[in-house]
Amino acid sequence: MLCAKHKTGLVFFPAFDWAISPNHPEREERLLYTQDQVLEEGLLDIDGIIEYKPDIATIRDIQRTHFCVPDEWEVTTESHFISAGGAKTIGMAVMDKQVERGFALVRPPGHHAMRVVHGSRGFCNINIEAMMIEYLRTAYKVGRVAIVDTDCHHGDGTQDIYWHDPDVLFISLHQDGRTLYPGSGFLNELGGPNAAGLTVNIPLPPNTSEEGFIYALEEMVLPILADFKPDIIINSAGQDNHYADPLTNMNFSAQGYARLTELLKPDIAVLEGGYSIESALPYMNVGIILAMAGLDYSRVREPDYDPDGIRQGREVTEYIRRLGDKVMTGWNRRDETRKELQAGKTFDQRRRSIFYDTDNILEKQEETVRICEECGGCWSIDTSSDGRKRALAVHLPIKGCAACRETAYQWYESADPKTFDLALLQDRQKDRYLKREL
Amino acid sequence: MIIGLDVGGTHTDVVLLGEEGLIREYKVRTDPEDLFSTVLAGIEHIVEGIEPDRINRVVLSTTLTTNAIVQEKYPEVGMIVSGGPGIDPEHFRTNRHYYSITGSIDHRGREVAPVNLDEIHEIAAALKKEGIRNVGIVGKFSVRNPAHELAVYHAIKDDFGKIFLGHHVSGNLNFPRRIATTFLNTTIRPIHKKFFAAVKQSLEQKGLMIPIHLLKADGGTMSFEASLDFPGQTILSGPSASVMGAIAFASETEETLVLDIGGTTTDMAILVDRAPLLDPVGITLSQNRKRIQTLIRSLETRSIGIGGDSAVRLQDGILTVGPDREGPAMAYGGKVPTPTDAFFVLGIQKGDGLAASTAGIAPIAQALGISVEAAADRIFDEACNVILSQAGQMIDAINSKPVYTVHELQEGLQVHPKRILVLGGPAPEFADRLRTLSDFDVRAVPHWSVANAIGAALARTTCEVTLFGDTQREIVSAPEEDFSEPVNRNFSKENAVEKAFVLLRDKAVRIGADTRDLEMEVTEDLQFNMVRGFYTAGRNIRVKVQVKPGLIHGYQAIIERLLSNA
Repeated sequence: MLCAKHKTGLVFFPAFDWAISPNHPEREERLLYTQDQVLEEGLLDIDGIIEYKPDIATIRDIQRTHFCVPDEWEVTTESHFISAGGAKTIGMAVMDKQVERGFALVRPPGHHAMRVVHGSRGFCNINIEAMMIEYLRTAYKVGRVAIVDTDCHHGDGTQDIYWHDPDVLFISLHQDGRTLYPGSGFLNELGGPNAAGLTVNIPLPPNTSEEGFIYALEEMVLPILADFKPDIIINSAGQDNHYADPLTNMNFSAQGYARLTELLKPDIAVLEGGYSIESALPYMNVGIILAMAGLDYSRVREPDYDPDGIRQGREVTEYIRRLGDKVMTGWNRRDETRKELQAGKTFDQRRRSIFYDTDNILEKQEETVRICEECGGCWSIDTSSDGRKRALAVHLPIKGCAACRETAYQWYESADPKTFDLALLQDRQKDRYLKREL
Repeated sequence: MIIGLDVGGTHTDVVLLGEEGLIREYKVRTDPEDLFSTVLAGIEHIVEGIEPDRINRVVLSTTLTTNAIVQEKYPEVGMIVSGGPGIDPEHFRTNRHYYSITGSIDHRGREVAPVNLDEIHEIAAALKKEGIRNVGIVGKFSVRNPAHELAVYHAIKDDFGKIFLGHHVSGNLNFPRRIATTFLNTTIRPIHKKFFAAVKQSLEQKGLMIPIHLLKADGGTMSFEASLDFPGQTILSGPSASVMGAIAFASETEETLVLDIGGTTTDMAILVDRAPLLDPVGITLSQNRKRIQTLIRSLETRSIGIGGDSAVRLQDGILTVGPDREGPAMAYGGKVPTPTDAFFVLGIQKGDGLAASTAGIAPIAQALGISVEAAADRIFDEACNVILSQAGQMIDAINSKPVYTVHELQEGLQVHPKRILVLGGPAPEFADRLRTLSDFDVRAVPHWSVANAIGAALARTTCEVTLFGDTQREIVSAPEEDFSEPVNRNFSKENAVEKAFVLLRDKAVRIGADTRDLEMEVTEDLQFNMVRGFYTAGRNIRVKVQVKPGLIHGYQAIIERLLSNA
């Protein structure tokens, strides 16, 4: 009888009755064949593989992570609460030591959802990993978190949420943003002035195959993790680097994903994208589950798998090698970079526009962060989108210092009613969320 | 008139039912070494002096095949298994003559790699050389397309006796369980056939030319003839007899917890609107320390080690009951006190055993510093509390089962029974005590000590059909029923349900159902648009229908009689 080497928890929530639209890649059919394969392989019967029913996330879980404008109900559906709840269920099972590792195979995904939410971006409304992480930091006092995003699209939402957070390392491996949505995730995106270097982007060239991914993992991701020494490793396990994926141009395989999981040893994996629902997802998910549980996955392969046919060219290999040198140089210089960015400043500011492609909304933001040596620094965002409410969103980090605390509350309380419709304060220290209609 | 017979671990219960209600009841000690004599003695005794032609049906539930599995008394068989990509089928090896072959089918039922007939002929030769007669053939995703199982079957069918095919055992996905279930069917068939053919012959010699029905693990019955193709379905039918025995007395609108309190175990199940909850996957059997997970449809039951003969111990001031048994109660010459001994002390049970029971419980009373009666009370309470807490756990487990749609999570089945029906030897006493210890409305089932045999007698024939449609491949199929038909692109879920009901009706009648007992229902109906590129390429349809487990037509009159003379 098969017995898992690592006790592994699964939440499987295919949301068979929810879709963005009938023909959308993120639709009811997406996990259908995965479920067929998982059931037919008998994975849920294996000793040491435990299936959990997803809890439903709460409004409080959203408020720990996001500022929703105008409010949480407006930007979510029931399915989002279940999918985020599923990630949370797995997180709790791991923290309670009921299982050693866990995998939430849920939809809809979340890694394009940023700190402020006006609608849906890249099929994502709320960031299910970040909601899980924020819950675990509050309920279990988890200290240092590493997120490794292996979805083919840059995890811009997760990057945004942890941009200023020195306790959360965010690494994203993805297809180069010059060739794919959302068009970000370049080497120079390193994190804000208080957390410089702790955002690590590894933009891989199109047609990268197993060799390139495993190289990036062994030569970049694993050494960085070894330096950072996280208390927990989360894998945003998007599966759209597959050679059969219709939305992307990479050449990864089920064997490759399983090997990557085996090397990365994530405590928790949360499914993100992956739209080759018939020829790739069933095999990849089985491979990943077996790898997480420490079971043999060598016979899991796509019917048309041909490692030679998808092998990456020499120029790709060479490009990734040079990329590796730059990534590691950036990582090793992170302390200097932080000092350069902070030099002589009390506050740092940036302005940007964010486009919600799924909902066709253009948001404008003006962000101010307090430069702080003691904590992640409080920050505020002035956010507005065409014809909608304008809000001031203020964040006080979980380990916020006294000065940041005072600044954050002062920003919140003195929000000008002539300028803003809403003032919001996310006090992560006291785990509170305040809201004022102005 | 109907005979119901249920072979239990300790007793075999037999009843004769007619329009006048319970005509006769009889209990005989089960001889595990000779179940044939036990069954025959039971039937002979119950029909003594009755005109043979007045009996029109006998329903049997026995532990025969279960015992064969638990004791690993298998005849050798051959297994030919086709895996394809995924987990190595060697992990699911069932026996010595187990061969993994090349070839594979994918989740949509499309061939990925063909069967190699040379390989099959070699395996057949090896099996023949070993003197193997019966063979099981199982392929991954054969319930989506049985072509490979059939190809292997046609290649070897002239060389072997009975051949079982994996796609016939269930419409559910689960390759390892399909292998285990096919193996069980293949290996227990000779024992099963020999036993019931002998029972039938013996009855015929006595002029009882009556159809024999067998109780299944899902609480329904099937004819002896049909069971030869699915002997595995009669495994562990004991708990289902009890549940069916309680059904008639359960509320039609409320959820009910059924407790069958026996000598060694208490079996628990849940009724919702007079229908038992079924296990979503299949029965799991215990063999030594191994589990055999199957696709055999069964009731959702839980069996715990608490009964009249459970061992009572006092350790470090803590009183425990069960989960083990160390022989009979001290009242009957055992060495360890039991709840039955407590019953003697409390005067619930009367007889010669009182002195032995009192002597057995005295040391416990002394250590606790209370009277022997008080100690007996504590033992009884403890047994009841264990039952209540385990029942609570079972309910929690049912309520925390995973769900796969938004709809289910919000409106999914949550059970919160407020009533308990108790059957088994000490049912009325347990009912009284459970009522005082909990908020449940607790009652004993009329004729509690033979209610299980009554349940077997009155159970109707059940079955299930799984239909799978793929309008892109232009096919609808129910491999379990050897059914497959081309369809056009307009074929819908509604058409599929209609088709499934036709197949279900035919199947039910074929395996012994009375047409008046066909209460059919849809248990699953899913339809997915398959989008390829930017266009809908077809629909993927999954439909499951069943004849609901329940009681036979005309049982109401019998039940009313049972209630009035209870």
